[in-house]
Parts: sequence; structure tokens; C-alpha cells
Amino acid sequence: MRPIVLPGDLVATNPKVAGFGTYVENGKVYSKILGLLDKTETSVRIIPLKGRYIPSVGDVVIGIVREVSANGWNVDIYSPYQAFLPLSENPEFKPNKKPNEVLSIGDAIIAKVLNIDPKMKVTLTMKDKVCRSIRFGRIVFINPARVPRVIGKKGSMVKLLKSELGIQIIVGQNGLIWISGDRKKVSIGEEAIYVIEEEAHTDGLTDRITEFIKRRKSDVGIE
Amino acid sequence: MSESNEEKKDEIQLIFGDKRLDGRRFDELRNIKIEAGILKRADGSCYLEMGKNIVVAAVYGPREVHPRHLQNPSKAVIRYRYNMAPFSVEERKRPGPDRRSVEISKVSREALEAVIMKELFPRSGIDIFVEVLQADAGSRTACLNAASVALVDAGVPMKGMITSVAVAKADGVMVLDPMKEEDNYGEADIPFAFLIRGGKIESIALLQMDGRVTKDELREAFKLAKKGAMEIYKLQKEAIMKKYISESVENG
Repeated sequence: MRPIVLPGDLVATNPKVAGFGTYVENGKVYSKILGLLDKTETSVRIIPLKGRYIPSVGDVVIGIVREVSANGWNVDIYSPYQAFLPLSENPEFKPNKKPNEVLSIGDAIIAKVLNIDPKMKVTLTMKDKVCRSIRFGRIVFINPARVPRVIGKKGSMVKLLKSELGIQIIVGQNGLIWISGDRKKVSIGEEAIYVIEEEAHTDGLTDRITEFIKRRKSDVGIE
Repeated sequence: MSESNEEKKDEIQLIFGDKRLDGRRFDELRNIKIEAGILKRADGSCYLEMGKNIVVAAVYGPREVHPRHLQNPSKAVIRYRYNMAPFSVEERKRPGPDRRSVEISKVSREALEAVIMKELFPRSGIDIFVEVLQADAGSRTACLNAASVALVDAGVPMKGMITSVAVAKADGVMVLDPMKEEDNYGEADIPFAFLIRGGKIESIALLQMDGRVTKDELREAFKLAKKGAMEIYKLQKEAIMKKYISESVENG
């Protein structure tokens, strides 16, 4: 069992082990956020329970276009910082088109974080095979601190959802999740994701989700 | 100022032997009730009762700052709003900020700025709103306690926690956590806020005073405040634990 720690709790006395969610002062390691303490002999880290999404390079994110300008799109990625997608980073853009013909305000996109400058100006790219603009399907929003649980160990949870339901899922690191496929199955997938968010840090979650999907499937009456 | 224990005209007796007007000992806090995470739309929130004080705190952010020119390229800006509801006091208070609430907002913000790790969120802002629904002396301390819990609930990185308590001088005696009568008819009121880290008081984040006390009385006040703050800290901690306890039970 991992105990809950609050900001300012002393978590270790060896500064070498300090990991995510901790800070060092006078050779002592303190927690800086509310979370679960994950302590091993070589490292101490805090698993956050709450908090906004802070972009980092390489993350796949789902965002909504908020503004169209002459050289790109401003995208809301549900973090403290708005992101920018330049025309040149969108392969759908052709010189004979206008930016708002490719993507306009309110469109959802799956993109990758290309670069973050020291002023936290975030640049996105769509030059990747997972990246696309979303024209169908459903987007679910969850607490970004729970995203690792929805993905599971090496993607096990997403794999489970995909194989059990035969739907397409792309998880954005910012807590937005895109699901697409048969309507009834998508609804079950959405419910399952909310269950994962709710019970994120409990034991045997994968088994319970398998059970949950089976039950919901027979309720709705598919296969 | 020489003190006499006799009643002066149009003043009331505040101390009776070793008890106070409401039957508390000199170093006893009022009843405190704290509940974390009561507002669904806020990132973090807290409801707090401290005697007859009732306050609600809400934290939003880190988020984008508007208007843009307030943004700081190297760290987050923190905005703290202390506001009293018109019905929070006996005589209707005119709504909106006044000289007193602007001052309280400023000193409270400065107390919290010392613990929030602003450098982690350049160009962003953290908004803290605290509403006083019912006031009964020491509302700024109640607000700081609530804000601190709300910040933790929002997952904002901090060096430690802020715990705040006031000490007053009533009838020549230093008393912890004064209620309205002790504040109005007492000789001095000293609100403290401490940074608590690793279960210990690390530093003073806020110290104000109105009225006059001697050096020794201030020392006495400090001692009382430290004791009171540790008790409040335990309650703050409990409130957060209570909300998140299901997370720590059997986790994988």
C-alpha cells in the first residue's frame, strides 16, 4: 500500500533518490505535490492524484482549434499553455488552400508536441502516423493524472479495451481520449474509461474492467 | 499602558478566572471543521468553519492569464481574492472590495507566494478565491487555512503547507484564536501564518498586529500561535486524507 503524502512531507533523507514530485532542500527530500508515495531503495517519486497537464516534447495530445491565423492554428490542449500548429507542420495543408479550409475553429485534432521553448511556447506537429484531424467518433475528457492508468502497463489497458470492444482508441496525454467505432461499443468504452478514472489506483483494475465490459456487453446485447 | 482587572466603562469583562467568555481555556482553539473538494468546477476547493467563521475557498489553475500583460515570462502569477459576503456581518457590508479586503488579499497572497512553486509554471496564473460567508474575528486566518487546503486539493506544487491562527490580548491576557468580543474589546490582535514542512513549523509567512503588546507578550503570543497552528495543521491534513483515502486503500 502506498501512503498519501502532502506537500512538505519529508519523504527521504538522501538527495540522490529524489524523483518526480519531490524537491531537495538542505540535503533532505520533500514532497511538493499531493500524491501517492512510491518508494524503493533507489528512487522516491510521487504519483500525482490531481493537477493540470503540463506539455512535454513527444507527447500525443488531442486539442481543439481555437484560432486560425495566416501562418497556423492556435490549439487548446487543456493545459495552462495554448499550443501552436504551424502550416508547415500539417501535411493536409497545400499551398493552394486557405488555412481555414483545412482546419477551422472548433475542429479537433490529434497532434504531437514538437517543441517547447523556455517561455513555454508549445509547438505541435501532425507529421506522424497517429496524427489526424478528427471528423467522427467521440472525445472523452478525464483527469490528466489518470492517463497512465487508462494506458496501463505498456499499453495493456488500451489493448484490452480495443480487443474486447473492437473499437479504435487514441489516448492524449492531456486527458482527452478519442474513441471511434460501433456506437454501442463506443458507449461501453466511454463508461469503462470513466470507471478506470474513478478507480485508478486500486488493485486488479484490469480484471475488473474485463468483467465490466463483459457485463455491459450482455446488457446491451452484442455478441 | 497599565492594565487593571476592573471593568472600565463601556467595556465588557472578557476573562473569568482561567476561562474566557465562551468557556474556552486561554490556549484553546474554537471548533474547526474542514472539508476538501466541495466544488466540482474548481480545480481545488475547501469549505472551512472556524468557530462562527464560515469560509469557502476555490483554486483555479495553473491556467492562462488574462489580460496578457499580467503574464510573467519566468514564473506564475498568483491572484488571491478575499471577499466578504454582504450578509457575513451583522450590519450589511457593502459588496465589493474595500480598503480592508484589498489589504488582506495582498498580505495573504504574499504569504502563499512564499510556498507555491511559481517557477514551474512560467506565463501562467493561479487564481485563489476565498469568500467569507459568516465572519467572527480571525476570518483572514480562516481564509488562509482554507486556501491552503484548496491549493493542495488542486495539486499545485508547494514547499509545504500554510497554517494560520491569531492571538489576541484580552484583559491583559494572551488568548489563542480570539472570537469577536475578544477582538473588539481586547487590547491587541496578532494574526500569524506559518509554513509547515516535514511536520514542523519552518518559518513565519504572515505576521500582522494591531494594538500594543510588550516584547514578552509577543513571545507568549508566538508560543500560543505555534501550538494552535500544529493543531490546525493536523485537521487540514485529515481533511485532505479523508477525501483521498480511497486512493491509498489497496492500490497497485
